[in-house]
Amino acid sequence: MAVQLPEMNLVLLSPEILLSLVAMGLLLMSAWSGKESRGLIGTMALSGIVLAAVVLAGLSSATPSATMGGHFIDDRLARAMKWLLLIATALPLLMSREYLNQHGLDSGEYYVLTITSLIGAMAMVSAGSFLLLYLGLELMSLSIYVLAAYQRDQLQSTEAGLKYFILGSLASGILLYGTSLVYGATGTTLFTAVANAIKTAEHVSPVLVLGAVLVIIGISFKVAAAPFHMWAPDVYEGAPTSVTAFIAVMPKVAAFTAFFRVLLEAFSALHVHWAPMLQLLAVLTLAVGSLGAIAQSNIKRLLAYSSIGHVGFLLIGLTTGSQLGHQSVVFYLANYIFMSVGAFCLVLVLNRQGIGDQISDYAGLAKKRPLLAFLMSMFMFSMAGIPPLAGFIAKLYVLMAAVKAGLLTLAVISVIFAAIGAFYYLRIVKIIYFDVAEQPFDMEVSLSHQIVLAISALIVLVVGIFPGKLLDWSLASVQSLL
Amino acid sequence: MMVVDVIFYAFAAVTTLAAIGVVSSRNQVHSVLFLILTFFSTAALFVLLEAEFLAALLVMVYMGAVAVLFLFVVMMLDMDVSDLKAQAINHLPLGLAVGAVILLELVVVLSHSHAHVAAASTVPNTLAIGRTLYTQYLYPFELASLILLVALIGAVVLTLRERKKVMRRQVISQQIARTRSEAVELVQRKPGEGA
Repeated sequence: MAVQLPEMNLVLLSPEILLSLVAMGLLLMSAWSGKESRGLIGTMALSGIVLAAVVLAGLSSATPSATMGGHFIDDRLARAMKWLLLIATALPLLMSREYLNQHGLDSGEYYVLTITSLIGAMAMVSAGSFLLLYLGLELMSLSIYVLAAYQRDQLQSTEAGLKYFILGSLASGILLYGTSLVYGATGTTLFTAVANAIKTAEHVSPVLVLGAVLVIIGISFKVAAAPFHMWAPDVYEGAPTSVTAFIAVMPKVAAFTAFFRVLLEAFSALHVHWAPMLQLLAVLTLAVGSLGAIAQSNIKRLLAYSSIGHVGFLLIGLTTGSQLGHQSVVFYLANYIFMSVGAFCLVLVLNRQGIGDQISDYAGLAKKRPLLAFLMSMFMFSMAGIPPLAGFIAKLYVLMAAVKAGLLTLAVISVIFAAIGAFYYLRIVKIIYFDVAEQPFDMEVSLSHQIVLAISALIVLVVGIFPGKLLDWSLASVQSLL
Repeated sequence: MMVVDVIFYAFAAVTTLAAIGVVSSRNQVHSVLFLILTFFSTAALFVLLEAEFLAALLVMVYMGAVAVLFLFVVMMLDMDVSDLKAQAINHLPLGLAVGAVILLELVVVLSHSHAHVAAASTVPNTLAIGRTLYTQYLYPFELASLILLVALIGAVVLTLRERKKVMRRQVISQQIARTRSEAVELVQRKPGEGA
């Protein structure tokens, strides 16, 4: 009997294949070369990511297609999200090299694990089946657990890694159990086949709904949506700051794409079942994000709660089930990357021997370093959603989508929590501008930090004033859905 | 009774007795050896069910790797058995509850299905699994290999410590080159202060 090979279009997988080769090459390099080549490994990791971006750009225009037995999906959404993932990996990597150097963390494995988590995330965004979704999620998370515990002589870092690992494993277990129930109810793990099975079934079986609920809970853990957010503040605080910057953005992009795939491709017929659940999650997440941040004194914890607040807004865009809502989610994610990376880059710039983790350390920054203070305020204003910055347009589009979908109550609640959230963003600005300076703030801003800050600030400002191009791009990327 | 039946009941009896041996033997090394016997006779049962792939997996992975690892751990750790036995009583209600649930499930399953499920085709199941795994599920399979690689890297990154200048062997030249002033220190202590 001849073996029947499914259609395998390896060209579509070339960015992932390239990154895998880069990761393994770097692993061998770090094993055989001495300490003096560590800088080279970082440079090579970054060039590998840039090369993957070039390859991704070189692929012929995306017509929605599935390959590798239906497990790999190539469409506009996958392409767009892969771009965001590459940016969300490259920028944190670029800005964290000095930090890694100072803290003795710049061994080759750091870069290898960063790239493997990127591969996992890329597999997730083009997943065509629950099996691939799980494997991609696990590859991404497993690498990140290790990165969170990378500063293994620091108790906090080890604790962060362990906490993330245990709760993440629990989430993976829940996701896997949900998947098995969906498989039991429909007899397949492919998203399209699950959708067909639901459409052709006479009635929706409770097993299927329970499976869907468990899958949603599993992914909610990964985006830190309340009430599954408990790990986020501790992990953000304990992990090395360079890793925190990475886990604040990259997994969010991957997990929200997973939401798109699962909710709109597999469970689109169950919209009545999952929409109320996501709305509840969104309200809880907004509440935790804005109320939890008020009492924080550590900037990393504060940014953790801030990211939870942003996830609340993203969830609202998701619940609308409309194209405008999906467009707003992609647009929000794109802006969130730059706002968050910019803020974390400033935290890294100002971080000196234990100074820079507390918000009070930033007192009087404006008098010594007006430009850095201006940038920090700009990112904070953008996160708070104050015009004319990118964060404002992002929030505006989510609200417009919610109002158009008739979710008026949800829109009002989100505006109230956004107003409460603005308080703690403005508090940082107040501390920077009006408090008395205690620190000397005599640090130099290196070239890589300058580049990252310039890119982030430029995007936040330009998109805030001329959002048209990015909005069109977001719309094009979600058109293959629904 | 057919020969196959006799073989089945023989292996089933060995499996059960060996499993009892795992929990009841006083010596932990004997427990692990009983565990290996349980694995082996279960593998034989799988062969009788024409599931030779599972049988091979059980022998290679569980007996060849896991059980041997257990054996090493048990031999290296010096555990107090009586202490463990005393604690075991505390967990008895939970154990009984889990046992009862499993028994209930077995009764439900066995009372509903009597059909003997024959092997799906004449293709040996190792071949069938291989054909599916390396065609339809090639991409998930490769990704899983990457996950295992990351697990390996992670374990090494988080535990390996480079010890500099720690030598655990005798260096005779160093021993001979030692002088009296390096090796001996004279300390004046007042009587009664000691230390």
